[in-house]
Amino acid sequence: MLLELDNVTVAYGRIEALHGISLHVDEGEIVALIGANGAGKTTTMRAISGIRALAGGAIRFAGEDISRLRADLRVGRGLCQSPEGRQIFPGMTVLENLDMGAYTRRDSAGIAADLERVFGLFPRLAERRKQAGGTLSGGEQQMLAVGRALMSRPKLLLLDEPSMGLAPLVIKQIFDIVTEINQQGTTVLLVEQNAQQALSRAHRGYVLETGRIVKEGTGQELLHDPAVKEAYLGVA
Amino acid sequence: MNFDELFGHFGQHTVDGLSKGAIYALIALGYTLVYGVLRLINFAHSEVFVVGTFAVLGAWTAFGMQDRPGAGQAILFLLIGLIAAAVASGGTALALERIAYRPLRRRNAPPLVFLITAIGLSLVLVEILGLLLPRLVGGVFPTLFGRERQIVGMPTIIEQKPLITIGDTSITNVQAIVFFSALLMMAMLDWFINRTRYGRGVRAVAQNPETAALMGVNQDRVIMLIFVLGGVMAGAAALLWSVRFGFTQSSLGFVLGLKAFTAAVLGGIGNLRGALLGGLFLGLVEVYAATLYTSAWEDVVAFVVLIVVLMFRPTGLLGESLGRARA
Ligand SMILES: Nc1ncnc2c1ncn2[C@@H]1O[C@H](COP(=O)(O)OP(=O)(O)O)[C@@H](O)[C@H]1O
Ligand SMILES: [Mg+2]
Repeated sequence: MLLELDNVTVAYGRIEALHGISLHVDEGEIVALIGANGAGKTTTMRAISGIRALAGGAIRFAGEDISRLRADLRVGRGLCQSPEGRQIFPGMTVLENLDMGAYTRRDSAGIAADLERVFGLFPRLAERRKQAGGTLSGGEQQMLAVGRALMSRPKLLLLDEPSMGLAPLVIKQIFDIVTEINQQGTTVLLVEQNAQQALSRAHRGYVLETGRIVKEGTGQELLHDPAVKEAYLGVA
Repeated sequence: MNFDELFGHFGQHTVDGLSKGAIYALIALGYTLVYGVLRLINFAHSEVFVVGTFAVLGAWTAFGMQDRPGAGQAILFLLIGLIAAAVASGGTALALERIAYRPLRRRNAPPLVFLITAIGLSLVLVEILGLLLPRLVGGVFPTLFGRERQIVGMPTIIEQKPLITIGDTSITNVQAIVFFSALLMMAMLDWFINRTRYGRGVRAVAQNPETAALMGVNQDRVIMLIFVLGGVMAGAAALLWSVRFGFTQSSLGFVLGLKAFTAAVLGGIGNLRGALLGGLFLGLVEVYAATLYTSAWEDVVAFVVLIVVLMFRPTGLLGESLGRARA
């Protein structure tokens, strides 16, 4: 088990957003976490990355209890997130944004190799390497956010709604690359409202509803589950 | 209004203004760095500068500097002064962050609390330098703290001499040293922020603190770094001030700090190159105004400029915050 959430509770002030959720991600998997707007998906990702403290429960990563580990130190452990809304550093160039992903690393040869790898996955970023991140299109920013996270050479890549606000063609492109990254050996936890795409790519999935996990199964099981179909796939 | 004097010796007034503005610019960097990252106006930064001037005098006294040392000795004393001021100012700025601001951040204090704290710290430091130290150690360090709140003179390290004269405009050796040292310090800071890994971390926190943490940036370390950097720049300014003006006083920071703050706002607070521009601009306007009217008006100018900028262009000349404009 690479990542394990054990009865995790998170609150914003007095309002509890996650009411004790448990899930796990095994090495090599793509795991999808789907749910409606406001279900608590982003909160889960923030808890895993450590920018939101736990009110209860525990998070273990690669055998270590990281529940109280500072966010910046989790990156060095092999956890990196492409956050919701992409959160590109607007005043930095594409290259500088990618370098930020490698902020905790010191192996310049490895960093250079990973930069080539990211440019191989996203040739558009290579063309625009000197351009300010804030001037990229939405799709390019999403590619940059994923590339930036990859630059930390994570064991587990956390993706929070990579399809948000993008055209269908771009969405497919991004998901193709997520699959490719996974096949190259990176484990992925994928948060999505776009359940169709996410579940068809994922080995396993969880359904989150108002701060609780209400269903889990393989990607295919969930895709064909009548309740999931009705609630998340727009099929009556 | 004395237009004849202003335009008759325009070159000279410009030189005077630029060398004065360079010191404002160096101090302004401290306001701008902290604001760019924390959106906090560190009003105690003026005292960070003043502490530096006392450190310069202290070091010069301790190492037995006399008036007008020879060239070799003068260089040595400049170096000693720089180290003393950088350590004292950088240390003071760091202490402010660790003792006051960080605990407030941990408690999620609202912006107004930070502002009041900053003003309070400024007053505390003024009184420590002006009252507490004279009473506690005035006997031990009579040159520094001999009398309460008094102006303290410093030995002359470099005698002002015209270095270059073109027509009736002359640039003195001291003016040249002040101007080019300030420029050099600013160029080094600019390079550090824009070209190094740590500088990139600073810009990341300025632009998006949460995402910076997601990339592995230790925010507390970045904040300490910017306080120290701002402090070191103020320390350099303190040395240049000591070389140029040769005196200090516990209350020196009040007017000077407001001028440097004006320079920062004028250039676009949060913008490093803006601080340079704002400082030089303010230095020029001040000297021109003092020539047109009388030198009594000199200090008024800064405040008029501040008010006008805040009214008509609050984002300053260059606008944009640290790193956003890639500067
Ligand atoms: N910063 C915040 N302060 C207060 N409540 C929040 C905050 N962020 C999210 N919430 C609440 O927590 C719940 C889960 O939000 P979120 O994790 O963003 O959901 P999702 O990512 O699934 O859309 C929502 O009810 C939301 O209103
Ligand atoms: Mg969300």
